Amino acid sequence: MESYVYKKINSMIFGMLSPDIVRKMACAKIVTPELFDKEGYPVDGGLMDVRLGVIDPGLRCKTCGGNLRDCMGHFGFLELARPIIHVKYADVILNFLRCTCRECGKLLTDKKMRIQIEDDEEQEVTEDDADVSTKKQVKGISTTLRNVKKCPHCQAKQHTIKVEKPTTYLEDDKRINPIDIRTRMEKVSDSDVAFLGLDPKFARPEWMILNVLPVPPVTIRPSITLETGERSEDDLTHKLGDIVRINQRLFENINAGAPEIIVEDLWDLLQYHVTTYFDNEISQVPPARHRSGQALRTLSERIKSKEGRFRHNLAGKRVNYAARTVITPDSKIELNEVGVPMEVAMELTTPERVTEWNMKRLKKFVEAGPKKYPGSNYVVRPDGRKKKITDETQEQLLEELQPGYLVERHLMDGDISIFNRQPSLHRMSIMAHRVKVLPGKSFRLNPAVCFPYNADFDGDEMNLHIPQTEEAKAEAETLMEVQTQIITPKNGTNVIGCSEDAITGNYVLTKFMKLSKEDAVQLLHSIGFYDTERFLTFKKTVDGKDIFSALLPEDLDFIGKSKSKQPVVIKEGMLIEGVIDQATIGQEKGELIRALVNNYGHTRTLQILGKIFRLGIASLGIYGFTTAISDTDLPKDVQEKCREAIYNAEKRVAQLIGQYESKELEPLPGQTLEATLEVKILEVLNKARQRIGEVVGEISDANNSTITMALAGAKGNLLNLAMIAACVGQQSLSGKRIDLGYRNRTLSMFNRGDLSPKARGFVRRGYKDGLTPEEFFMHSMTGRDSFMDLALRTPRSGYLYRRLESALQDIKVEYDNTVRDANHNIVQFKYGDDGLDVSKTDAGKIKVVKTMREVVGE
Amino acid sequence: MTLPKHLHDKVEKYSKKYKITDKEKAETARRVEEKYEKAKISPGEAIGIITAESFGEPSTQLTLDVFHFAGVSEMQVTVGLPRLIEIFDARKRPSTPRMELKLKAKYSKTTDMVREIAMKIKETKLGDVAQEITINVAKANIEIVLDKKKLRELDIKPKAVFDKIVTEMKSLEVKGGDESIIIKPKEKDLLLSEIYKLKEKAKQIHVRGLEGVTHVLPVKDENGYTILCAGSNLEQALELEEVEKETIMTNDIFEVSKIFGIEGAREAIIREATKVLKDQGISIDVRHIMLLVDVMTMTGNIKGITRTGITGEKESVIARATFETPIKHLINASLIGERDDLNSVVENVILNQPVPLGTGLPGLIAKTADMEKDE
Repeated sequence: MESYVYKKINSMIFGMLSPDIVRKMACAKIVTPELFDKEGYPVDGGLMDVRLGVIDPGLRCKTCGGNLRDCMGHFGFLELARPIIHVKYADVILNFLRCTCRECGKLLTDKKMRIQIEDDEEQEVTEDDADVSTKKQVKGISTTLRNVKKCPHCQAKQHTIKVEKPTTYLEDDKRINPIDIRTRMEKVSDSDVAFLGLDPKFARPEWMILNVLPVPPVTIRPSITLETGERSEDDLTHKLGDIVRINQRLFENINAGAPEIIVEDLWDLLQYHVTTYFDNEISQVPPARHRSGQALRTLSERIKSKEGRFRHNLAGKRVNYAARTVITPDSKIELNEVGVPMEVAMELTTPERVTEWNMKRLKKFVEAGPKKYPGSNYVVRPDGRKKKITDETQEQLLEELQPGYLVERHLMDGDISIFNRQPSLHRMSIMAHRVKVLPGKSFRLNPAVCFPYNADFDGDEMNLHIPQTEEAKAEAETLMEVQTQIITPKNGTNVIGCSEDAITGNYVLTKFMKLSKEDAVQLLHSIGFYDTERFLTFKKTVDGKDIFSALLPEDLDFIGKSKSKQPVVIKEGMLIEGVIDQATIGQEKGELIRALVNNYGHTRTLQILGKIFRLGIASLGIYGFTTAISDTDLPKDVQEKCREAIYNAEKRVAQLIGQYESKELEPLPGQTLEATLEVKILEVLNKARQRIGEVVGEISDANNSTITMALAGAKGNLLNLAMIAACVGQQSLSGKRIDLGYRNRTLSMFNRGDLSPKARGFVRRGYKDGLTPEEFFMHSMTGRDSFMDLALRTPRSGYLYRRLESALQDIKVEYDNTVRDANHNIVQFKYGDDGLDVSKTDAGKIKVVKTMREVVGE
Repeated sequence: MTLPKHLHDKVEKYSKKYKITDKEKAETARRVEEKYEKAKISPGEAIGIITAESFGEPSTQLTLDVFHFAGVSEMQVTVGLPRLIEIFDARKRPSTPRMELKLKAKYSKTTDMVREIAMKIKETKLGDVAQEITINVAKANIEIVLDKKKLRELDIKPKAVFDKIVTEMKSLEVKGGDESIIIKPKEKDLLLSEIYKLKEKAKQIHVRGLEGVTHVLPVKDENGYTILCAGSNLEQALELEEVEKETIMTNDIFEVSKIFGIEGAREAIIREATKVLKDQGISIDVRHIMLLVDVMTMTGNIKGITRTGITGEKESVIARATFETPIKHLINASLIGERDDLNSVVENVILNQPVPLGTGLPGLIAKTADMEKDE
């Protein structure tokens, strides 16, 4: 059997590298900027030294003997000719220079003062967060100490120290060179270091001035071989090359006794290179560039930002056993299934352990090999060795196979998989589905589960993952499968429900349809309902309500309301009153679905829901349902009423403007005359639109599919219809009518100061009639506005989400039912004061009255 | 009885209302309790993440339309996403502070009375009641001519204005009568530019009303008059005689915190957040809002959900570094030899270890066959 090492990293401690450690952990001393010799072999003591690890296949590491896969690389070191300041610690160095004596290195305080400060510090700590106050305290100390003029210990005179960013320190306008700074730092005692907020065990101030530089292993800066066979080195290697080259020159010049100016110039250059090696985005420092002019990506840039190590590689990782393709709808598969193309099923595998009992079955998969379905792609030996099944290995593996082996077999119907669509905004964006292998090249998804994924089929792609351990499979099954996610934890409503045609279909079925017994049976059969005994109860003509009822559990009692606020009553599994529409089976609103979940559990609800969905679509097929432009044709009288409403409104507005111009208009309290006019005009125009909406709403023609869809809550509403058929209405930007432009008018065809509806963005025509050019212009203004709104909002809300997530990620319910954060601080004594899980409640509540009704009803 | 109070109360209330028998009531209570037990949250549930998701997912639907009109263009209120961000950031002042003051019945009998009170509440500055403020260059003083008509309109006595100037401008000599007031710097030879500054300062002298309240709008509803204020000053509003103090509303969370303490601020944040979401027609369970607000206020101070707020004060170096400004956090950690005990989420994700939430929380200790043999 394979063996596991159950080791866990318990904690990590951060610290600085001391020169000793740098030397100790190094495997090679770097002495030359050359990378490769004439034969193309890495130079000893160069930056690509084989002792630092290998990046070429075939070579072996000189330090550990491993090849490309085994050797993770080793550090080297570079002896710097002159000490160099570490930019990232420049502020801390400044603080030390200011707070310690330039002669004796002691803190510029006498005993009395020090005790006092320590006293204060203790008090602060009790008051506030310890960590924050230390930082504050240190800042306080440094501001007091920088003004001390004389060392209380050795009486040496102190000078003011200034910094010229980033790494030049001036003492009374005279430059202190890093050698002197380093000697001063060395003099500071450990206790003084601790007093200034550092832990001397991990960070001595002199370590901030480098005299050795660790050289990272080649494995973190691999070179790329271009198509032409040329080698292209990594940015870091380039930068290190610069450092080594200048360092060598500096050495040579010092040894040759070159004049001070030349040495200093080289020293500064070395400082520049080391600085940009650490961070190439420091202000005041020109970034080091490629020959092409592109800035180098050095250490800081590798860590920082979204594309940096932390967020790109550590917090998010790439995985194997995943597939991605376009999704297409298929309401014939169950809600918790996903249709997987054969190609994918033969590439993705799930491991199955060989036992005595399944040996025969698994052997068949191995026999089939990777090219035949169902087959297998790999066999894993008990020692963890993975063997690919090929024509050559197949026979041997087949012979070898015995209990304890793992067979990675192709996906088959019923296997658990994890399905995901980005952006994964909530937990319903990643759910577990059962695999159903189907022909074709797209993932098939039941349209009822589009809503939680926020998916549609206009080219959306989704990802599929196959869990590879038994634990993962079990977790996916019990916690993530579609049925467990019917109720959202956001507000306790159902995210899975019927939509669009499925709602229309059930609405039409339960409202208008009556079928012959034969047709009813045919209909139910077509959606996968085979309860013969139920069919026997049907009369000669079956009401649509009874067909719908056939899907419901026989003991279901339900009282609810339809979208039009009419009662919906189900007694003992029979729909006796009301129609089924959005309010009973729709997404986020379906009360019936919630009742089913509460009484019959997730799994059964999902099955019923799948049937209801299919029933809706099948019913529409029988009923015959289509929508066309002619749906928006209004009857003559309605048209007349609409025209009248607009005409009246325009007349009234003209009147108001007249009053305004003759100053007869009474201003509203606290408002100017202009504002009053605007308010009144808006009121009149909105009223007109409302009136049109009402008039259009009055036609509830059963033969009008558009209205039927609106009434069922499947798609669209009456306002949309009014906008198409009659009048689009006032276009408004941030609550106002469209403002007059620069020249006191919106468009050049209007008179200056024209306040009429037409000139301020009132679209009196409907979409079907077509808009006039000026109406079209006004309409496109609001269109642009909302488009921009969306474009600007998405990143803002994304950032808010990221912040929320990082602030709340470690908050959990403990075993004692308290809510705590990662450090076990209590946030709430009981979650939400009552300890209820929203996703297990009925819209966030336990319904008392409902329960009472159940009790009394018996 | 293990039912929480609100459910218990409901059972009592409705059994009285529907007049059911004791037996039925007991059965109802039992069933409610059963449902309650079933709906309880499981230990280990990563409730923080769920809360973050519950806000994050619908926040994409919030509008960015910044302003909403309460009738008058000056009475703008930030709504939607910007307001939500403002609340969660715990900004010191809202971008559009607002206050609602409900008047006591006896002070709101007539419209004129209400209008008068409203004018009293609105901040009046010296610049508003002065007809002219001029600098006399020769005498190096400032002459203020009061607008009598305006004063009468606002019912302010010139003497009151004069007194205000005296108390506000302590370093100045103030002379004058009803119509014009002359202020003169005590020290002589002030530069003209400084006198100019003084003039600007004089304009801002607060004469009457609540400081910061720039506009008022009386609104009538079925319960009487409410005065909507642009600008908020809770401290001074509480001193107003005419206002029903229990119903004062402000959207300035820090003001509430200052006067009523952290629990008051907690309620205020819950109310403000709920209002934003409700306006936009988004339903999020209160429990999520409560948890988030509890996290913001649990230390006794209001902390924002920012890199300097809650996340910035996390114990774990790696968690902080992953969020924002990783270099800064790593450098500072190296200075003090900081230790990360890896007891939250990202750290363990980074190290490929189980996360201490949900199913990653429990350990399982089992005896294997070998161990039993050893015994």
